[in-house]
Amino acid sequence: MRKVAIAGVGMTKFGKTDKSLVELFTEAAMEAINGSNIRPRDIQALFVGNCLGDFAEGQANIAGFLASELGLPPWTPATRFEGACATASVAIRDAFMWVASGFYDTVLVGGVEKILHMGTPLATRTFAMASDSKYEEFCGLTFPGVFAMLAHMYAHKYGIPLPVLKERMALVAVKNHKNGAMNPLAQFQKEITVDTVLNSFMVADPLQLFDCCPFSDGAAALVLTTGEKAAKMVDKPVYILGIGQGSAGSLIRQKDYTVMQSRVASARQAYRMAGVGPEDIDVCELHDCFTIAEIVASECLGFFEFGKGSEALENGETAIGGRIPINPSGGLKAKGHPIGATGAAQAYEIVRQLRGECGRRQVDGAKIGMTDTLGGDASTIVNLILGV
Amino acid sequence: MSFYKLTHRDYFEALKEGRLMGLKCRECGAYTAPPKVCCDGCGGTGVETVQLSGKGVIKTFTVIRVAPEGLEAPYIVAMAELEEGPWIMGNILDVDPDKAGMDLIGKKVAVDHKVLPPLNYTSGEGVAPVFKIIS
Repeated sequence: MRKVAIAGVGMTKFGKTDKSLVELFTEAAMEAINGSNIRPRDIQALFVGNCLGDFAEGQANIAGFLASELGLPPWTPATRFEGACATASVAIRDAFMWVASGFYDTVLVGGVEKILHMGTPLATRTFAMASDSKYEEFCGLTFPGVFAMLAHMYAHKYGIPLPVLKERMALVAVKNHKNGAMNPLAQFQKEITVDTVLNSFMVADPLQLFDCCPFSDGAAALVLTTGEKAAKMVDKPVYILGIGQGSAGSLIRQKDYTVMQSRVASARQAYRMAGVGPEDIDVCELHDCFTIAEIVASECLGFFEFGKGSEALENGETAIGGRIPINPSGGLKAKGHPIGATGAAQAYEIVRQLRGECGRRQVDGAKIGMTDTLGGDASTIVNLILGV
Repeated sequence: MSFYKLTHRDYFEALKEGRLMGLKCRECGAYTAPPKVCCDGCGGTGVETVQLSGKGVIKTFTVIRVAPEGLEAPYIVAMAELEEGPWIMGNILDVDPDKAGMDLIGKKVAVDHKVLPPLNYTSGEGVAPVFKIIS
């Protein structure tokens, strides 16, 4: 396998937009292309993540339109990927393999989503389509519901009184909003308190509004190329050191999902390929779609023992400046979660952290970073380890 | 010709008649429910259709207060571990959602069902398990 690097990166501000899906992705893509000091016609293939364009904008089959919008020649293959909230990371993994294998030298990869105009009932319905259509959806399961049941299971399994766990979960939201307040591209750039979380309305017991990430519009894109070419394109190439992907069935097949086997397996692949362990990661962007989700992910990735992840919040171990800074971008919670773009936005943040470009939210001296993206109810998990 | 001993539609139709069906593996002895093409334990395809006891224990739950299009909140969603081992998801209808608390975990339940008329994007009628608290 050849060494693969990320040259330029691009990301739109997350939040509500009047741009179309095509325009939104193109904004991020042009930034990534320009940042790589290449022209669109240097792109040999396009890998784009988009989850709900069919329902959001009546737009299926978006990939070819994007290739055309960017002015790519007719021989450029353009392919849409879908893996629920892990959509863009699935696309990145595929793009990585095409470059690593030697088939292409330079490709464009990323994702886009536009949800906010849909309204909560339809958005909730279409998000729920990422759970099992026969054995979960007819029960009225929603995504807050998936993680609400996880929180109850976690509290019961580890013998943590629910009010104690809820306060620690609230600290995830407080931390990520604090980080988001330092990110000019974040959907929410406002700090909150534990009381903000605990006084917000209940979405799915025990998750309250501020335990949940928002619906978001946004796009992010990366140019992937060979290590050799990247060194000529940009001053600070960031290398893909390891990558992993795991799969699982519905929650009822996973049973106790406080330990997500697909995530443990995916992280293990990525660590092994990179030749590093959890203790070597300087900064991590992980899938905090809900506050409890960050706690469980931090354990599955090996940063904390199972059952101990919530205590770390009280000690500030995951804050910027802590032992393992998690979600310095603000995470899905504050930065926003345009589901098809999220994995690329996580990679965008890690690339900029490793280049030392993150200003007030910079993790000092970060050399190795990791992303973690969860699709559906852990049915698709992708991890990426990046380094300089 | 089908590789399936029990399809989702067979499973739903049996639930409507009050029978919870599953698969038993001839190779490892594990039970699988709802059905798959293979054993959920070992992946073997030597499975046969069996009726399950329809009894289980609640493992976790939530009260959905923001419902998807087509449904009305609040309602309880729960997961139960069946006596034979598999977990299934269902609703709890005989508990007031505003009184649902952590003491639901560990409650013994019997599996009943409810029928959902076809909605947009459901590919026909749905049947969902309903957990009735027995102790």
